[in-house]
Amino acid sequence: MLKFVLRRLFLEAIPTLLVLITLTFFLIRLAPGGPFSSEISVPPEVLANIQAQYRLDQPLWRQYLHYLNDLLHGDLGPSFKYKDFSVNDLVNKAFPVSLRLGLFAFVVALVVGVTAGVIAALRQNTWVDYGVMAAAMLGVVIPNFVLAPVLMLIFAVWLKVLPPGGWEGGKAMFVVLPVAVLCQHYIAVIARITRGSMIEVLSSPFIRTARAKGLPLGYILRRHALKPALLPVLSYLGPAFVGVITGSIVVESFFGIPGIGQLFVNGALNRDYTMVMGLTVLIGTLMILFNAVVDILYGLIDPRMRIR
Amino acid sequence: MNPPLPPLPGLDDGQDLSIQSRSLWADARRRFLRNKAAVASLGVLSVVLLLCVFGALLSPHNAEDPDWGSMQTAPDMEAQHWFGTDSLGRDLFVRTLLGGRISLLVGALGAVVAVVIGTLYGAASGFLGGKTDSLMMRALEILASFPVMFLVIVLMTFFGRELWLIFIAIGAVSWLDMARIVRGQTLSLKRKEFIEAARVAGVSNLGIILRHIVPNVLGLVAVYATLLVPQMILFESFLSYLGLGVQEPMTSWGALLEQGAKSIESAPWELAFPAAFLVATLFCFNFVGDGLRDALDPKDR
Amino acid sequence: MPLLEVDRLNVRFATPEGEVAAVSDLSFTLEAGHALGIVGESGSGKSQMAFALLGLLAKNGRATGSARYRGENLIGASEAQLNRRRGSEIAMIYQDPMTSLNPYLKVGEQLTEVLRFHKGMPHKAAYAEAALLLDAVKIAEPRKRMGMYPHEFSGGMRQRVVIAMALLCQPKLLIADEPTTALDVTVQAQILKLLHELPRDFASAVIMITHDLGVIAGICDEVLVMYAGRAMEYGPAQAIFDTPSHPYTRGLLHALPRMDRTHGERLATIPGNPPNLLALPPGCPFAPRCRERFEACLKPAPLTVFDGNRQRACHRAVPELTIP
Repeated sequence: MLKFVLRRLFLEAIPTLLVLITLTFFLIRLAPGGPFSSEISVPPEVLANIQAQYRLDQPLWRQYLHYLNDLLHGDLGPSFKYKDFSVNDLVNKAFPVSLRLGLFAFVVALVVGVTAGVIAALRQNTWVDYGVMAAAMLGVVIPNFVLAPVLMLIFAVWLKVLPPGGWEGGKAMFVVLPVAVLCQHYIAVIARITRGSMIEVLSSPFIRTARAKGLPLGYILRRHALKPALLPVLSYLGPAFVGVITGSIVVESFFGIPGIGQLFVNGALNRDYTMVMGLTVLIGTLMILFNAVVDILYGLIDPRMRIR
Repeated sequence: MNPPLPPLPGLDDGQDLSIQSRSLWADARRRFLRNKAAVASLGVLSVVLLLCVFGALLSPHNAEDPDWGSMQTAPDMEAQHWFGTDSLGRDLFVRTLLGGRISLLVGALGAVVAVVIGTLYGAASGFLGGKTDSLMMRALEILASFPVMFLVIVLMTFFGRELWLIFIAIGAVSWLDMARIVRGQTLSLKRKEFIEAARVAGVSNLGIILRHIVPNVLGLVAVYATLLVPQMILFESFLSYLGLGVQEPMTSWGALLEQGAKSIESAPWELAFPAAFLVATLFCFNFVGDGLRDALDPKDR
Repeated sequence: MPLLEVDRLNVRFATPEGEVAAVSDLSFTLEAGHALGIVGESGSGKSQMAFALLGLLAKNGRATGSARYRGENLIGASEAQLNRRRGSEIAMIYQDPMTSLNPYLKVGEQLTEVLRFHKGMPHKAAYAEAALLLDAVKIAEPRKRMGMYPHEFSGGMRQRVVIAMALLCQPKLLIADEPTTALDVTVQAQILKLLHELPRDFASAVIMITHDLGVIAGICDEVLVMYAGRAMEYGPAQAIFDTPSHPYTRGLLHALPRMDRTHGERLATIPGNPPNLLALPPGCPFAPRCRERFEACLKPAPLTVFDGNRQRACHRAVPELTIP
């Protein structure tokens, strides 16, 4: 098991991360137009000065090595746009906000999605099932950038029960709408996955064995069916994590939440090289690590994986 | 050998009593047509497509000229602003249909790019096998663990916001699942006699992949392409919503939704109509895709 | 009162292609401590009959008729009623030991939970009892084995575990559904030996379901031969082996390898495929494959009593049958 964990981390996660960093670095440096090309007629000596500050005067491979070295020390470099701030400063302020938002959405999606899926599976082909599945279908196709303004209109403008935006340090009232918008899609997908795998597990021979042993239904569900039925949900957690992070871009910019999603969009619109790169690397690292953790968890839960 | 059975007239021996095999495609069509949701969705999609292509001809307005008499007005039958106007006085009916053209085009072309790359990559990987296969699959895994959306945004940020770049970028990062599916299918095809025969006859690897493998995985590819299109449309809408996709004066559903979201309090119709078109299209594509998959998937037979 | 009395049991499945008649008008009785063999090709409804008895049919399946276990009808009984019998008084052994154990739970837990629920045994006592049973089915180091997962066992070992699991509560009735089909030939013999001896030690009645008459020989007291969900022949095992009275039974017996055959003689097979249960012929279901058929076979052949305690469903009288 330890070997599996080490291999997953060192032979898969870290090389993937390296490829990602390299690719982003060279993609951005190869792009036409420097970061200051929009600024009007800077004196050449000033430009040289700025370029030296950002190491743009050095050959590409040295820039790359410097960047790797900085990353290794956890330094994402200075922001190209906000000259007085380093990327780290901005990220440090924004990250806890996004983390909180994402975590809430993730937990709500998991709890509600799994519950709805299990209920639908147990009531297969009844109105309960059809209702849950129709709602899930809607949840899958309605994009968050449509849902966000609609919910805002209903709850903030018409009913006036929730604030239309802002964060205020994450007070409960301000969290409700963003979390609802962010987790909507994942509730739907998780409900669909759970229902499908639960139905499959319930019709498997070993559940028939458990029933033939005269065990009560609730016990069979908890002890025999839940774990195998949740394994597909577990493998969806990786993609869901990515999706929640991506979705937070929309949600944060719509509700005006000062998280990394908003930083990223602003960085992209302002052509803030180091900001976009830094965030891509940061998010990529999180994703790759999260996927590794999910894989390792999978190995812990499924006894057949453990011997490998 | 067993001796022949005694004849028994009246027991209809002409009728095969064992389970009959049906033609795969006829069976698939029968199953698809029986799926009412899928058939209805196909109808709705056709209407949306026709409207997007020709619908703008029905309106006296065009997409760019402002109507100074009605700035940001609600739907108005008399002025023939059926979906209302935006803050610049442009007709939303025409703009929604025009945006639909772009969205559908990006969706279709993005899916085509993804299908072509994915099919060729998957077929090559599965067919070549061995070390090449495991190397190609390893590369796929690495790509799959990238924050794809972020890479596309990076691309859009630094290489400009050109329309063709959008669907190349979207298609180029969405072929991974397709490649995996095609590879699996290829692996099972590889052991079939006709592939063996082609190889013995001296057909080159590329020839076998293009002429024997690709045509045989097309059914499956068609299903997943149908499910890819809505993803591509959503992807484009997402980019355009963030202002990183289609630029003015061109528009797409995502770009319209961005304006609609901004003016949701004062002019909810600006969001409602493009949203309805987008959601209906995504809905129908999903139903058609699911219908096709159920019709073609031998697992349920 | 017999232990089990099945009367005109019918099992139907609703499928998109139409209604499948898996079991039709099946009746038999089983005395306590006796062993009944139910024989037929795959798809003859044997397994569905067993599932119907335990209320374990798939969701689209429906059973009608009656199956009285010590006078109590199992068909249509509530889950709670069934749960009192299942696993404690009526236990089952399955065809495929690879899939019938839960791969995510340790074998020990899957064994002890039966005792905990039916006998209210505390964990420790249940553990000791389960280890005893594992020892009885000849699994070495039972306590160590109980801490392992099913995938760490071989097929034969898993089937032993399943047998031990079925016998934990000393059931009055043990249903074994093709218990040796999925196993290697050498392992088959060991498992059959267990299934022959253990139920006797526990005074359990046995229903042995199989497609292989050879499995039943020497184990069962009575035999029921099924085809297309119906009884073709039913009676004492010895009589059926000595003087089979139905063309289908004779076909099955000819398909058995035997020591007394002359060397080089070919094994006979029954021509044709098992029947399509969606579209059965109107008369005798076996007619499309029968070498003794004649005009009367276009009409259903009712089950008739002969020789005192035997039953058969065939239009030809026994002496008329030409093929031995």
